[in-house]
Amino acid sequence: MPQNEYIEESIKRHGRRFDYEERKRKRLARDAHSSSAFARKVHGLRAKLHNKKRHAEKIEMKKKIKQHQEKSSKQKDAQAIPEGAIPTYLLDREGQQRAKILSNMIKQKRKEKAGKWTVPLPKVRGIAEDEMFKVIKTGKYRTKQWKRMITKATFVGDGFTRKPPKYERFIRPMALRYKKAHVTHPELKATFHLPIIGVKKNPQSPLYTQLGVMTKGSIIEVNVSELGLVTTSGKVVWGKYAQVTNNPENDGCINAVLLV
Amino acid sequence: MATKGPPIIKGRKIKTNDNSNKQEVVEEENLGSIIAQLITTEGEVTGPPLSLPANVTPEQLELLINQLLNNDEHLPYAFSVDGREIAATLYKDIIQGLKRSTEDVLKIVYQPQAIFKVRAVTRCSSTLTGHSDAILSVSFSPDGTQLATGSGDSTVRIWDINTDTPHYTCSGHNSWVLCISWSPDGKSLASGSMDKTVRLWDPETGKPIGEPLKGHSQWITCLAWEPLHLNPKCNRLASSSKDGTIRIWDTKLRRVLFTISQHTAAITCIKWGGNGLLYSASRDKMIKVWDSTQGKLVRTLEGHGHWVNTMALSTDFVLRTGAIDHTGKKPKDENEAKEWALTRYKAATGNKPERLVSGSDDFTMFIWEPSESKKPIARLTGHQKLVNHASFSPNGNMFASASFDNSVKLWDGLTGRFIASLRGHVGPVYQVCWSSDSRLLISASKDSTLKIWDLKTKKIKIDLPGHLDEVYSVDWSPSGEKVASGGKDRQLKIWRN
Repeated sequence: MPQNEYIEESIKRHGRRFDYEERKRKRLARDAHSSSAFARKVHGLRAKLHNKKRHAEKIEMKKKIKQHQEKSSKQKDAQAIPEGAIPTYLLDREGQQRAKILSNMIKQKRKEKAGKWTVPLPKVRGIAEDEMFKVIKTGKYRTKQWKRMITKATFVGDGFTRKPPKYERFIRPMALRYKKAHVTHPELKATFHLPIIGVKKNPQSPLYTQLGVMTKGSIIEVNVSELGLVTTSGKVVWGKYAQVTNNPENDGCINAVLLV
Repeated sequence: MATKGPPIIKGRKIKTNDNSNKQEVVEEENLGSIIAQLITTEGEVTGPPLSLPANVTPEQLELLINQLLNNDEHLPYAFSVDGREIAATLYKDIIQGLKRSTEDVLKIVYQPQAIFKVRAVTRCSSTLTGHSDAILSVSFSPDGTQLATGSGDSTVRIWDINTDTPHYTCSGHNSWVLCISWSPDGKSLASGSMDKTVRLWDPETGKPIGEPLKGHSQWITCLAWEPLHLNPKCNRLASSSKDGTIRIWDTKLRRVLFTISQHTAAITCIKWGGNGLLYSASRDKMIKVWDSTQGKLVRTLEGHGHWVNTMALSTDFVLRTGAIDHTGKKPKDENEAKEWALTRYKAATGNKPERLVSGSDDFTMFIWEPSESKKPIARLTGHQKLVNHASFSPNGNMFASASFDNSVKLWDGLTGRFIASLRGHVGPVYQVCWSSDSRLLISASKDSTLKIWDLKTKKIKIDLPGHLDEVYSVDWSPSGEKVASGGKDRQLKIWRN
């Protein structure tokens, strides 16, 4: 049993070790590492207890961070005057179509025309040729190496007729062929399973576009007739473009987002 | 004849041209004479039927009528037959234009014109910046010496129009100032705001008069002062709100006298008539007429099929300017002011009740005589979009309507007959305002221009571009020499000749 407050007494008398602060700082800096090492190692009941403790700590931490953020962030002024004053005779008329909206629409259209591919996924990962194609050795002695097998998902149209297999340069495996895609309408926030009409553009290379290769970021044309979209002139839209958002070769399905 | 007649419909024009070729030969000789009877606008006969030469001009008729009425001074008059104005000669406009027989007795209506003339403003004399949000309302004081603007930056500014400089900034509101209104004696200024309060300001010092008047539960849409000839003290003010109520305030005692809450939707416009009636137009499609002493309902005017947006009284100009006429003389005290205002009001109405015009979202307008009956005089159709604003000419003979279909239309102030359509704006027309002599009209539009229309020719007179964005409000000073306009570009522009 310790007698009295002898540690405090000693500190008071002789002071701390000279490197006390230094060691403390270092221990603290090391803390994350040691606790993570412990968390990885621990199992059983101790793990359970440890996790519970960590959970409580984390909640505490988050709360504290939030409090600090509230303090530093500016509060919304209750007295603030809303922007964009309009006279009484225009109040409550917001629902009406205004010329501004119209001009915005024109601007939007122009923008679409100018940068045709202002799309949800503006950048794609470059895919090297050796990743895209697998070299198939042919010939009696397997010395010829002009045949390629495509290792990515492809779309092959209905009207496609194979060349004689002997002369077929690119093989598109049946297992990676797709006819339908899961297309999300970004405004309706709904997803539809729509038939693919074609591959409009593969940003990697025009060759891939031609081959119908669908990688992440490719633009595909899908059949949206069942969505019942209507053009401004009142006709039903048939085909619409969508951009592939996943890696079809990894996932086994095609997810795309409709370009509206 | 250097003056041109009013525009004639195309098909007819060709015909008359054919005629005139033949007629010119005749004109050299003699067109014969026509029996004509001069009558006033009220239909009273003046003088005996006269045998006039057919090619008599309005100037000659003017000489004649001045003789008949024994006028000391030569006064200007306008002449019309069945609403068609005689612009060039009687023969050209009436016999040819209206295809009237020369054997009938023509009833020529004469209308006195303003004896002063307002020159059309032609240029922007200054662009005053200062407001930090759109200017929502612009208003000259009744004597035309002061100018106030209400803006979206929650301030009311009073400008010195002699030097075109800002005078006072009246801040106090917490939100957009939607409407401002000068008291008819020009001694105080009321402003209604989005923050549901009405405030009063002293235009001499720019200081608020007391605390805000609170009570409405929604924003203020319109303000109306009691006319000067009913109450020379000018201490009663009506305010209408989006919450569907009208409150009558005593501005001296600073309390609500009574509240009228029968409308079921937002009130868009109120007017305080010269015979003690209060008119309110609402979005519940009705116009109601109230007794302004007790707040009792007098009449309900029904007919509109959609929101009623605006109202105009035939006496609006007189009620606004109160005792001050074109000579600019100031009354000595309240009683004199009341007398002057009363004589001016009586002169303006004649022996007829005042007329009310209402414009609506159903693209039509109605003209009423609310003190007489609840039946409209006429329903005016023609606009292809909603009617946003209507305004009576100061002499009450005509009124103009501004619509979102880019046109301004002119109508007869007595019968509501269509006179002309003024086309030229390329955006919705927000407001119209008359010059005090009723000879010119200015319109403010969303297309960022102001246009001045000449009512003699029914054509555009001057186009005033300059604003950078929509023009929300325009006002022609009652003294006539200046026009102020403000809009979304936050600039107040003063225009003058």
